[in-house]
Amino acid sequence: MKQKTQVADIDRSLYDFRFEEDAADFLSSGITPEIIREISEEKGDPAWMLEFRLKSLEIFSRMKMPVWGPPVDGLDMRNIVTYIRSKSRMNTDWNDVPEHIKETFERLGIPQAERESLAGVGAQYDSELVYHNVRKEVAESGVVYTDLESAMHDPQYAEIIRTHFMKLVPPTDHKFAALHGAVWSGGSFVYVPAGVRLDIPLQSYFRLNAKGAGQFEHTLIILEENSDLHFIEGCSAPKYYEAGLHAGCVELYVGKGAKLRYSTIENWSKNMYNLNTKRAVVEEGGRIEWVSGSFGSHVSYLYPMSILNGRGASAEFTGITFAGEGQNLDTGAKIVHNAPETASHIDTKSISKSGGISTFRSAVTVHENAVGSRSSVSCESLMLDGRSRSDTLPVMDIRTDKCDIGHEAKIGRISDDAVFYLMSRGMDEQAARAMIVSGFAGNVSKELPLEYAVEMNNLIRLEMTGTVG
Amino acid sequence: MALLTIENLSVEIEEKELLHGVSMEVGSGEIHVLMGPNGAGKSTLGYTVMGSPEYKVTGGTIIFDGADITGESPDKRAKRGIFLSFQNPVEIPGITLSDFLRSSLEQITGQRMKLWDFKKQLKTAMETLQMDAAYADRDLNVGFSGGEKKKAEILQLLMLKPKLAILDETDSGLDVDAVRTVSAGIAAYRESCGGSPLIITHNTKILEALPTDRAHIIADGNIVREGGAELIAEINEHGFEHLTGKDTI
Repeated sequence: MKQKTQVADIDRSLYDFRFEEDAADFLSSGITPEIIREISEEKGDPAWMLEFRLKSLEIFSRMKMPVWGPPVDGLDMRNIVTYIRSKSRMNTDWNDVPEHIKETFERLGIPQAERESLAGVGAQYDSELVYHNVRKEVAESGVVYTDLESAMHDPQYAEIIRTHFMKLVPPTDHKFAALHGAVWSGGSFVYVPAGVRLDIPLQSYFRLNAKGAGQFEHTLIILEENSDLHFIEGCSAPKYYEAGLHAGCVELYVGKGAKLRYSTIENWSKNMYNLNTKRAVVEEGGRIEWVSGSFGSHVSYLYPMSILNGRGASAEFTGITFAGEGQNLDTGAKIVHNAPETASHIDTKSISKSGGISTFRSAVTVHENAVGSRSSVSCESLMLDGRSRSDTLPVMDIRTDKCDIGHEAKIGRISDDAVFYLMSRGMDEQAARAMIVSGFAGNVSKELPLEYAVEMNNLIRLEMTGTVG
Repeated sequence: MALLTIENLSVEIEEKELLHGVSMEVGSGEIHVLMGPNGAGKSTLGYTVMGSPEYKVTGGTIIFDGADITGESPDKRAKRGIFLSFQNPVEIPGITLSDFLRSSLEQITGQRMKLWDFKKQLKTAMETLQMDAAYADRDLNVGFSGGEKKKAEILQLLMLKPKLAILDETDSGLDVDAVRTVSAGIAAYRESCGGSPLIITHNTKILEALPTDRAHIIADGNIVREGGAELIAEINEHGFEHLTGKDTI
């Protein structure tokens, strides 16, 4: 006889605080060429960018909504204010940041995080960066870390941005990439010169704080030859009564022999549609490492892609997805082997609970020229009750037989025996289940910097027991 | 007063009765042995005393340390000082043996032991059991051999120091040397806290170095004989057959 055990749902009050909106010159809801012109003018876009936005809008209006994944019909594009600008301008000194914004960030732990040896903070409040500070040592090493808009206007970087912006993820990629191209706002630009190895991670927080607002930040990172960077993106948004939309875009260029680690913990509030596109291209001998934790949002579509373009390039993807009540999280990874002797490894865990749906998709493509390449895909799912669902959809397209490909998938439940075993050692039932789930997620938290690992374990514990112990 | 008093205990699993009104007592600080042929109900008794939800108590009571625990959850029983060494310990990926033991200790004692003290105790206990120190940092029971798993159970026993330690066939599947090590572990546990082992076995090897106070023989869900250490000698000589009237082992 199986007994259904109900585990208390997460107490989200910790994350669901929100201040009254004072900012905002709201532009009328809905997206028209006039709105795009307004946005562009407000930002003082160069001519090519206005043109890019208008073209993207045209593509957007032509493309169909995705029908192959979780339903997005709760999303009414006419109701989403795509651009909200905080009254605060960029600050490089914490003292100049307005008090209520500061308070919001303090509750998210940003200043502490910075004090605790993080290299720089680019914190996005609504659609613009209000606080930006890169530590001296980082700046002195020649690393550029700034918001994308400033960089676009800086003659030193304007050309780099023009030649890289949405070249990896073109607006034609899918409907929300097109939307992003039309209305993008805010985000980070990182440039690491050849040979520079940054041994402290760079960090950015993105956050939404206006009812009905979408967020379309763009992250562009360029690593020159033999450079090394760890970039951490942390996301958290307060709760809204209307559906929110996040359609960000991340483009990563990893040069010859360079290594980039890109870590994310996404914890959007549970009414958010998270339709995010992330892509990296890796040249000869370079390496991309993705560490990805997806906890929040109502619906997520997220499949970071790595294109291995040079001999010996490699990609590693480590991810965890936790789908609770009312969540339908569709996550995974894509790898394209487009050069000889390239290597990839995908290792994901997904957890579903209280009727949550977690779907893992992977797509590994090995082109004819990718002889001597290796790829392994491993996905494990854990369903915490009989109401929850977990699906695994691995796709492989292999065009050469001179390669080594492996795949393994496991779907399981928490065994009663394991719970009894831990309870016989003094843990109550919730603690026993939380311990099993933390252990299950262990490979991901091991990949994160300590403070993030702690945050992730706290999130899991919150999801499992409603308390942080 | 007895540490454990089982009175007229009946237990079923999936509507099949496995224990039919079993009564027995374990005195504080004594060594007890529960023996019997396969399928007699030995493990059922152990699991039921620990509070496994799989086994349903249909009659009788379990009194521990003066309290009726018949309906209590396993974690509460653990906190009272009951321990069960599992025949097939469960593998828990992602949690190291060391982290697990420290959490368990914290739950049971209500105190977080200083890391330094904990490590020192753990090291000593592992030495007693001739366990490689590297096991402390391995995931709990994951990839452990049968013998290593049993040693890890006894390691927990040494660290948690329960009042009552039910050892469910801890000796099964172990070679002679390992049985000796486990036996030494049980002796060390007794020395450290004066706890009472209730040893479930059908092999008397493990008892050689442990002075048994009382033996209980179970067959077909009933206690059929009780006695002192002399009963073990009798079984060694004649087997269970003449006690139970059945052809066994």
